[in-house]
Amino acid sequence: MKTLVIAEHDNGALKPETSKTINAASKLGFDIDVLIAGTKLGAMSEKAACIEGVTNVLTSDNTLYEHQLAENMAELVLSIADDYTHIVASATTTGKNFMPRVAALLDVAQISEIIEVVDSETFKRPIYAGNAIATVKSLDNKKVITVRASSFDLQNEQSPANISALEAANDVQLSDFVSVEQTESERPELTAAEVVISGGRGMQNGENFALLNGIADKLGAAIGASRAAVDAGFVPNDMQVGQTGKIVAPNLYIAVGISGAIQHLAGMKDSKVIVAINKDPDAPIFQVADYGLVADLFDVLPQLENAL
Amino acid sequence: MKVLVPIKRVIDYNVKARVKADNSDVDLANVKMAMNPFCEIAIEEAIRLKEAGTATEVIAVTIGAKAAQEQLRTALALGADKAIHIETDEKLESLHIAKLLAKLVEQEAPELVILGKQSIDSDNNQTGQMLAALTKRSQGTFASKVDINGNTVSVTREVDGGLQTVALKLPAIVTTDLRLNEPRYASLPNIMKAKRKPLDVIAADSLGVDLTPRVELIKVEEPAKRSGGIIVEDVAQLVEKLKTEAKVI
Repeated sequence: MKTLVIAEHDNGALKPETSKTINAASKLGFDIDVLIAGTKLGAMSEKAACIEGVTNVLTSDNTLYEHQLAENMAELVLSIADDYTHIVASATTTGKNFMPRVAALLDVAQISEIIEVVDSETFKRPIYAGNAIATVKSLDNKKVITVRASSFDLQNEQSPANISALEAANDVQLSDFVSVEQTESERPELTAAEVVISGGRGMQNGENFALLNGIADKLGAAIGASRAAVDAGFVPNDMQVGQTGKIVAPNLYIAVGISGAIQHLAGMKDSKVIVAINKDPDAPIFQVADYGLVADLFDVLPQLENAL
Repeated sequence: MKVLVPIKRVIDYNVKARVKADNSDVDLANVKMAMNPFCEIAIEEAIRLKEAGTATEVIAVTIGAKAAQEQLRTALALGADKAIHIETDEKLESLHIAKLLAKLVEQEAPELVILGKQSIDSDNNQTGQMLAALTKRSQGTFASKVDINGNTVSVTREVDGGLQTVALKLPAIVTTDLRLNEPRYASLPNIMKAKRKPLDVIAADSLGVDLTPRVELIKVEEPAKRSGGIIVEDVAQLVEKLKTEAKVI
């Protein structure tokens, strides 16, 4: 019984999801190997080797995996899958992309976005936009699992484990990377931030999102958005929090001008403390908010910035 | 080119799912059902490809109980040319669905299959990727833009941190994200016309796919309830509470 965790990174730095996913994997109770595939792996593999519970770090330094395209990533994982009973990745857009491909190639089911490990074959996962929690048992010999990183803590450190390089890479030549358009931001990453402040349709336009900047700066917060705000073109889609966007669970979540539709709540209702600022006292967001302020956001946001 | 669009009948997205009293599953009796929102986007994209002259035929397919034919009729009313119902009363998993679809891909040989990125009931986000694996095709998941040029399809994908564009070799599998398009409504004349369009029914167990469950559903529970909060008077009180009571700032 051995677990393989596939690292989430951006060719230079490990993402916090990797550590959280290793935390989830450690609850399975087996030795853990970590696979890092991409480029500029040096510092990252050393960092991964120092995450508690990691026995081996396997590296595949190849431009073939630089953008982690599903077709080639799946082949790489498949090439070493024989050694493992559990294959685990974080449920980021990268993990969600290649892991089901791995599962199908292994002819096993995938258990998506687990939030709890009950035992090595039983897991809890949210369904119906988080309105129900299913306990599921995998009947396959091999378990392919993705982890909702926000449900697990960062893993402790240890003295470094072994690092070894994998050989041979196989290009299946089905797809090519063309380009990437990154949203530039100095703020903490949405899924890892301790504090998140999000704006909704009530912000009225993209310029008004600037009202959140000062508050976000003072709190060291990431800025999120509801689907309504994204669909209206106020902000780019990678800021979206919800069932179809990012799942966050910060210490403090401030929802500004967000009504609180089911699909938005699915992305943030596990936050420790929720604050809602909305002028409609009947908005569903107040049913999940620990602290609600019924007021016009345009009056309140400058006040809040000054008060912090 | 021929385009295949698998769709799923799910609980209407506005309905809050309720867990059964015996914790065996979610209660779907007398609940409003509809086409999965991501599948609507998939149909819309296929129809647009047809209107642009790129697609020659759009086939909608669903796998499930007889009632799912309602959603196939919706797809036909939106502009699909024909529909295929793979009938089963079993509750199937993504891998089973992908295997059944792979059989259909073999039979129909579509150059493009467009699926929703996830269904809003099981929230698995697996079927398209699994279908791509089983048919050894390229995959463009979470698509917000799809452009076909000759033998390749360029797909702009919504990824954490921004947008990524990939070029896929055709035949390919694409899964839709919400911002790919805005689905149209079916007009009454089109709904009437859809009743006369072909809808073939195939029994799921006639396709030679092993449908043995791989995952056992042990129980379904309500998520932990959040305790009701308080309404504060003003910003000063809010900041005060966050500092001294919640201690989060």
